[in-house]
Amino acid sequence: MARSRDDFVIAIRSAFLKKKDKQKFSLLTLLFLSIFVIVLSNYNFKIIELVKIGINEVTYRVSFLVSLPENKIQNINSQIKDHIKIYDNYKNIESELKKLKQKQLSNNFLKMENEKLRKLINESIESDELLAKVLIDKDSPFLKSIILNKGTKDKLKIGMAVVDEIYLVGKVIEVNFTNSRVLLLSDLNSKIPVILEPIGIQAVVSGTGGSEGKIQYTKEEYSNKIKSQDIIVYTSGLGGIFKPGLPVGKISSDNIGKINFFSDFKQLEYVKVISHLIEGKN
Amino acid sequence: MSSLNKDSLSSLLFSYFPIGMLFLSVFNDFDFNYLKIEYFSFNFAHILIFFWTLKNPNHLGYTSIFLAGIINDVIIGIPIGITSFCYLLICSVTAYIRNITLTPNFINDWLSFLFIILLINSIQVTILDLVFLIEVNHLKYLINIVFTFIFYPIFFILFNYINKKITIRLND
Repeated sequence: MARSRDDFVIAIRSAFLKKKDKQKFSLLTLLFLSIFVIVLSNYNFKIIELVKIGINEVTYRVSFLVSLPENKIQNINSQIKDHIKIYDNYKNIESELKKLKQKQLSNNFLKMENEKLRKLINESIESDELLAKVLIDKDSPFLKSIILNKGTKDKLKIGMAVVDEIYLVGKVIEVNFTNSRVLLLSDLNSKIPVILEPIGIQAVVSGTGGSEGKIQYTKEEYSNKIKSQDIIVYTSGLGGIFKPGLPVGKISSDNIGKINFFSDFKQLEYVKVISHLIEGKN
Repeated sequence: MSSLNKDSLSSLLFSYFPIGMLFLSVFNDFDFNYLKIEYFSFNFAHILIFFWTLKNPNHLGYTSIFLAGIINDVIIGIPIGITSFCYLLICSVTAYIRNITLTPNFINDWLSFLFIILLINSIQVTILDLVFLIEVNHLKYLINIVFTFIFYPIFFILFNYINKKITIRLND
């Protein structure tokens, strides 16, 4: 009994403390070092923040370079697919364009009317847009985020909204000097205040970790109000983080509670970061 | 002369294969996620670290593994140090298995692998969920564990072949 316990102790001691010829640190030293790093990353000291930013800067750049061949192959693959479907796409786009031209006329009128009404209540929304390239978009099964090539040197701040064309895709959660991380709407930790139109109900959109989102925390029951119509989800602007009126996604009447995001987060190449200011002169 | 150079180059490539693949996998997420299959993912780095630290630890140093873990944390956006800790736990188990094993057995290794991936994923989920309050999808972690476990024999055959090549070239 004592013999087997001795063997166990020797095996454990050898595993944790013994170093091979080429190894500089023992396993135990590195285990303690990693625990130390985990504990340190929990604190927001200036020096730790600077070290973190330095590591992020270098790692994101190297990862971007390493991913270049794979991204090139993926681009070629999607280009070939696009060429194959070119005629069908042309027909679809042609019919969509007709419909959009008709809609644009009524939209222009609504836009002008909206501006007039805002003037009446002395409110204006000013926003700045900054175009950014997506450096890394690793489709991790656990966390959904992307890395942009803009950082504090371009005056990016945590909390800014990120859009693909006009559609919201997420918000900035980490800013380094030349790059930043965006938490996508599909991430489990993403919570965005929204308004469901045309029924006008306030809600919170949460990510599911998959390709769609879900509605949470509605003040009133909305399923009866949907009936046979589709619902468009816009940012409500509550909390002042996001500009109000950014399109987020669509809820189909046959699948209530599930939001299909307008933007395809797996195809992001360039995005816009939006900062906005709501001014009321009362 | 040229064949000698060619041989030394291929020996060098083979001997740096484990480190090269580890860094490539953490920088580039080598796990077929780009196939966009909803319920499919596996952790290539776990298989690679387990195999090489068990069979031929001279070609995959602990410091490299520690650094690869830090890089992985930065890229996927979780607090720095968690993956390093998990990777080094794999090394601890493999070092222990090496010390107590006289005749290696594939089934024992495979079951030990299952034990260690269950342990490290549980630790990772616990730290993320309870300490850093980052919500994670438990089902996706479970699926990842299952596929990582299933894929181990396939990579075992491939890595075993490369390991034999390395050993033969070093002995030549």
